[in-house]
Amino acid sequence: MTDTPLPSSRTTPAVAAATPSTVRAGKRSNGSSGSSGSSGSSGSSGTGRTTGKSARARSWRDSPLRRATPWFFLAAPLALLITFTYVPVVSMIIYSFTDWDGVSPDREFTGVDNYVQIFTRPELFRVFFVSGYYLAASVLQIGVALYFATVLSFNLRFRNFFKGVLFFPYLINGVAIGFVFLYFFQDGGTLDSLLAWFGVSTEHAWLGDPTSANTSLAGVSVWRFTGLNFVLFLGAIQSVPGELYEAAQMDGAGKWQQFRHIIAPSIKPVLSLSVILAISGSLSVFEIPYIMTGGATGTSTFVIQTVKLAFQFNKTGLASAAAVVLLAIILLITWVQRRLVPDDKVDLV
Amino acid sequence: MGKTKSLTGVLLTAAMLAVAGCSGGGAASGETAAAPADPNEVSGEIKVLTHRTDLVQNGALKRYAAEFNKVYPKVKVEFEGITDYEGEVKIRMNTKAYGDVLMIPAAVSKSDYPKFFAPLGPTAELAAKYRFSDKTEVAGKVYGIAQFGTANGFVYNKAVWKKAGITQWPRTPQEFLAALKAIEGRTDAVPYYTNFKDGWPLVQWTSNVGSVTCDAKATDELAGPVSPWKAGGELHTIDTLVHDIVKQGLIEKDPTTTNWERSKAMLAGGEIATMMLGSWSITQMQGAAKEAGGSPADIGFMPFPAQKDGKFCATLVSDYQQAVSAHSGNKPAARAWIDWFTDKSGYSEREGAVPAVKSAPMPATLKDFADNDVSFVERSEARTALVNDIDNAAEIGLNKPDYRQKLIDTARGAQDGSLQNFFADLNKRWDEAARTAGS
Repeated sequence: MTDTPLPSSRTTPAVAAATPSTVRAGKRSNGSSGSSGSSGSSGSSGTGRTTGKSARARSWRDSPLRRATPWFFLAAPLALLITFTYVPVVSMIIYSFTDWDGVSPDREFTGVDNYVQIFTRPELFRVFFVSGYYLAASVLQIGVALYFATVLSFNLRFRNFFKGVLFFPYLINGVAIGFVFLYFFQDGGTLDSLLAWFGVSTEHAWLGDPTSANTSLAGVSVWRFTGLNFVLFLGAIQSVPGELYEAAQMDGAGKWQQFRHIIAPSIKPVLSLSVILAISGSLSVFEIPYIMTGGATGTSTFVIQTVKLAFQFNKTGLASAAAVVLLAIILLITWVQRRLVPDDKVDLV
Repeated sequence: MGKTKSLTGVLLTAAMLAVAGCSGGGAASGETAAAPADPNEVSGEIKVLTHRTDLVQNGALKRYAAEFNKVYPKVKVEFEGITDYEGEVKIRMNTKAYGDVLMIPAAVSKSDYPKFFAPLGPTAELAAKYRFSDKTEVAGKVYGIAQFGTANGFVYNKAVWKKAGITQWPRTPQEFLAALKAIEGRTDAVPYYTNFKDGWPLVQWTSNVGSVTCDAKATDELAGPVSPWKAGGELHTIDTLVHDIVKQGLIEKDPTTTNWERSKAMLAGGEIATMMLGSWSITQMQGAAKEAGGSPADIGFMPFPAQKDGKFCATLVSDYQQAVSAHSGNKPAARAWIDWFTDKSGYSEREGAVPAVKSAPMPATLKDFADNDVSFVERSEARTALVNDIDNAAEIGLNKPDYRQKLIDTARGAQDGSLQNFFADLNKRWDEAARTAGS
C-alpha cells in the first residue's frame, strides 16, 4: 500500500523492540562508557577504548581529528541526503510561496496565496475520496499479510517457496506492474480469460467506471504491497523466542490462542507501523493509477492532481503548496496515531 | 546540543546556497543568430536536442548531418535524442546546457523566449519565407522555425468506409454520425477509435479549431472571456461531435484500455474505420498497412465534417519549432543547421508533412485534399500565448487529454453529468480565468 518503501534502518529498531528486554540491556551496557562522540561514533570508538593504553593513544582520543572521524564516515551519506532530500524539500517550500511556472527564470513571491487557493477550492480535496478505496484495500492487505506471516512462521512444507511467492511482487518495478495489469484488466485480457475458464463470461470493462476502476487499481496495490507487510510481520514474529510457544503448547494453548496471546502482542509495534505506512501510503498513491489510467475515469489521486498542476498547467508554485499540504496532513495523521496508540515496550517474559 | 545547532546551521546554509545556485540562468544577450555568409568560414561543434529518438537510433539523423557537412565541412553536428522530451528539456532549461539547437518545449511561455533563445531575425523577413513564423514572434523578432506542419482531419480506412456504402466525405457532423452508424451496421469494424487510454490523440480534436468555420483567427478569438463552448462556437461543434460519437456507442468497447501502437495495425487491417489525427499519421498508417500485408492505398484522410460556402477547410498547425539556445557558443553554425534542415534536407517531404517553407509543394499524403479542393487554413498564432495562459489558469487543458477524457466518460455514462452542464462549467472556468489572466 505504501508508495514509499520502508527504509530498512527504520524497521530494525521496531523489530528489535520486540525482542526480550534482557538482550537489549546487555547491549546497552556494552557501549555506555561515556564516549564523547554522537551515537554514530560508538562503532569506531570501540578499538581505542581498551584499558592501559599509552599517552599517545590518550592524546589521539582528545585530538579534534578523532572527533571528526565519524563525520568523515558520514560525509557521503549526509551529502546524498542533503542533496536529494533536504535541498529539494527546502526548494519546494520556497516555490510554494511563488507563482513560478516551472521554467521561467523569473518568479514572484505571492505570499500565502497558493495556500489560500488550496483551502478555498473544494474540488482539490475531493480526490481524497479515492484514497478511501486504497485505505479499505490496505486493511485487507494487512489482514492477508498477517495471516500468511503467522501461518508461514510455523513449520510447513515448502515454507520458503511460499515466502518467496508472497514477497516477489514487491520486488517488481511499479511501472512494470502498471503495464502488466493493464493487459490483465483489458477487454478480453488475462482476467477475462481466467474467469472464462471457470465458466464465468464477463462483458465488464474493469477500468470502465470509477467504482470498478478504483477497486481494480486498489487490488493491484494489494497484490504489490502485501509482500512488504508480510516480510515485516514475519521478521517480527520470528524474533519471538521459541520457548514461549513450547510453554504455551504445554499449557494446552491452540494455534489461535498462541496467535492471540503471544504473536499479536509481540508484533504490536510493527503492526502499528504498518498501519501508519498504510494510511500515508493511501493518501499518496501515485504510480499505479498514473500509469494505468492517467487519473481518468475518476481515479485521480491527490498526488496525480499535484503532478498535473505542476507539469500540465505549469503551476509549479501551487503544486508545491499542495505537496506541502499533503506532507503536513501525513505528519499530522502520524502524530495523532502515535498519540492514540503509543509505541509502548513489549515485554512478554 | 550546541553541536546539533551548528549542524542545523550548516545544513540550512548548504540548502540555501544550493537553492540560490539553482535559480536563474543568466540574462541573454539578444544577439541575433545569423547564418554565416560563407559556409567554409564557420567551424566547431553543435549539439542538437531532438525528440525523434527513432531517427537517432536508426542513423537517419547522422545521414542528414553527413549531407549537411557537404555544405558546411567544418561543423560537427551531434544529436541527443530525448525520450521524454518535454519533461526533460523543461528542467534542463534551468541551466545553460540545453544544446545549441533545440525544439521549443511547449511549457516555455512565449514572453520568456528572449531569455532562452537567440532571435533568428525580424518577423517581416522570416514570415515571407516560412509558414507558422508568427507562433514564435516576440516583439517583432522570430525565435523559432517550424520543422514542418500538419493538416488536421480524420484518418480512415477507405475499404471499410466503402464496404459500408459511403463514398463521399460527410459534410456535417450529422452526416458523419450517420456514416459511423452505417459502418457499425454493415461491417465488423469499430466505427471510431478514441485512443482514450493514451490520451494524447484526444488532443488532436482541438487542432480543428479553425477547420469548422474556416477562420484563420479562430484561436486568437479565444483570448478573452468569450465562453468558447457556447452554442455556435468551434469548440462547441467539435466537442459535441465527440460526445455524440461516444453517446451513440460508435466507439471501441472498452476505451480505458486502448493501445496506440496496436491501433495503427488495426486501422490498417480494417478493424478500425476512423481516427481523428493529424496528417503526420498517414505515413505511419501506410507503413502499418504494408507491414500487415495490406494495401497502403486503403489509408485515407478526410477533413472535419463542416463546410463553409460548400467548401471544406483544414487547419495547418506547426510541429515543434527549432530554436537556437541563447547560451550557444556557436550561434552561426546552429543557425546554419536550422536553415539547412528546414530548406534543403528534404525532411518534411520524407515525413509526408506540410513543409515550413512556403514555396515548397504540398506533400503527396495530402493529395486527396488537393484533389477535392479542401482549402488550407494557416491559423494565426498571434495571441496563442494569452490563450495558453488562460487555458492553464483555468486548468482546462485544450491541448491536454484530461477534459476530453472526462467528456467521453460523461457521454458513456461512467461519470455523472450532462453535456450542457459540462460545457457550462468549462465556459465558466474559462471566463473567470480570462478575467484574471488577461488583466
